[in-house]
Amino acid sequence: MTLSTRPGTAAPASRPDPPAPRRRPRRTWFPYLILLPAVVLEVLIHIIPMVTGFWMSFVELTKFFIRRWTEAPFAGLENYRIAVDLNTPVGQELLSSFLVTLGFTILVVGLSWGLGMAAAVALQRPFRGRGVFRTLFLIPYALPLYAAVITWNFLLQRDTGVINHILVEQLGLFEDAPFWLIGDNAFISVVVVAVWRMWPFAFLMFMAGLQSIPGELYEASAMDGATPLRQWRAVTLPMLAPVNQTMLLVMFLWVFNDFNTPYILFGTAQPPAGDLISFHIYNASFLSWDFGVGSAMSVLLLLFLLVVSLLYLYFTQWRKESSHA
Amino acid sequence: MRETLGEKIFRTVVLVGLGLFVLLPLYVMITTSLKPLGDVQAGFSWLPSRVTFGPFIEMWSTVPLARYFMNSLVVTSVATLCSVVVAIFAAYAVSRWRFRGRTPFMTTVLSTQMFPGVLFLLPLYLIFVNIDTTFGIPLVGTRIGLIITYLTFSLPFSIWMLAGYFDGIPRELDQAGKVDGAGNLTILLRIILPAARPGIVAVAIYAFMTAWGEVLFASVLTTEDTRTLAVGLRQYATQTNVYWNQVLAASIAVSIPVVVGFLMMQKNFVAGLTAGAVK
Repeated sequence: MTLSTRPGTAAPASRPDPPAPRRRPRRTWFPYLILLPAVVLEVLIHIIPMVTGFWMSFVELTKFFIRRWTEAPFAGLENYRIAVDLNTPVGQELLSSFLVTLGFTILVVGLSWGLGMAAAVALQRPFRGRGVFRTLFLIPYALPLYAAVITWNFLLQRDTGVINHILVEQLGLFEDAPFWLIGDNAFISVVVVAVWRMWPFAFLMFMAGLQSIPGELYEASAMDGATPLRQWRAVTLPMLAPVNQTMLLVMFLWVFNDFNTPYILFGTAQPPAGDLISFHIYNASFLSWDFGVGSAMSVLLLLFLLVVSLLYLYFTQWRKESSHA
Repeated sequence: MRETLGEKIFRTVVLVGLGLFVLLPLYVMITTSLKPLGDVQAGFSWLPSRVTFGPFIEMWSTVPLARYFMNSLVVTSVATLCSVVVAIFAAYAVSRWRFRGRTPFMTTVLSTQMFPGVLFLLPLYLIFVNIDTTFGIPLVGTRIGLIITYLTFSLPFSIWMLAGYFDGIPRELDQAGKVDGAGNLTILLRIILPAARPGIVAVAIYAFMTAWGEVLFASVLTTEDTRTLAVGLRQYATQTNVYWNQVLAASIAVSIPVVVGFLMMQKNFVAGLTAGAVK
């Protein structure tokens, strides 16, 4: 959603430029002045570390050089070679973590989108108890993330958790209680937890979007005899397109970069099936104290996300322009 | 427009299904926090054999929860306050002026928000260590370091949302203020801020939630003395025992302020999203 405010594209049409600063030259420096704190903070916390991180990925920043990291020897592309070398465990694990993350992201974004849309549509009409559901559905998003994930960790405990209680003792689906936090099931667990946490955001965005759809559109299409499903396809979806376009990208980036969910759910010993990439890079850096290779992995991750984002923006933008024609 | 039977069925299925999905963890969280530990370890039961408020009392001594709470409160409040002030000024600039560098600024700020946190974490950690050894300003393991870090986390979203709010305030009001001889700052303080108050509160709550729930930077940039709740709650798991009833009691206690705040402000939040997203 944040990207929709890229000022060069949509904004100027709705807001005409103020008159040229003839009488008051201070107009030219005042916006810069009040923007300064934001710029300084961004440079300090984001730009400088990013440039440093880029530099770090080209030096030999092992534990011997952490204390005097500015003197670390230049390594060229060695860190990148180590990170992607599929003949070594480092490269293989990175690839496997990347694939797990990709599957995780697609599932979490897709399910969150579907659940959020279903809930927003179900709550579109006024009915008794609507406010209660609306509030209830927002609680997972409002809970501090660690509180939510710790609770899920308890739910998924093999011997004392409610999930196995329901599946094994009440429904009798399994002979032997499965493990949910180690082994291959860890993937399902981390997806469910992330969806539980993420779908209310989609719900919130869709509710915001639905408010701006004029009721006459639905009345007119109902007069034409459109079924609710057809109305959803012909009115709701197209009207939500601007919300959708940015929300999908933002959710993709958030979910792909998710560190907290696996970190709190699994602790430091993450099972390979739940080894999400941010967490993987963190472990690769802080367990082996090889920040050079860790940085190289971060830069590769960033490049991947940049390429995906640009492609996505290019195609959605292109579709929008061609539909205007 | 009459509601069809199909719509009613759809609505019931969705609301019941999602309601159960959302409620299950909340239910378990609350009931477990009221159980004695022996009860919890004996295997799951839907109802406590005996309701006890013990976990809500014991949780303060098992782990230095009060200290973590204070750390979180100080770090989060200071970061929120500063971040909202910075965002107000930046949003005012972005909303009311077209100036050179406006587009690059917005693009950079918004896109850094989307980058992986680990990308900033390692360098930031080393830079903080370096500042400490060179200038003697301790940033790793102090609240200041964490506050500075958190300042920018919610900034892009706050600027974006507030700019949307400010855009909704008619420029005629600014013009009227100008005619009366008010300067830019006066217009911001006297006209824009009062009109955008709900948006500002919503942004403040968002900033608070972001910092209150942050785990990655808190786990690297804090030590025992400055640890926040996000990291501290893990310590209910010891070598021999996990005090699940106390963990969940503590989770409830630390969630209540943010959840209540968020739910109270959710209408403004939705309005803010609409202002920014549905242009």
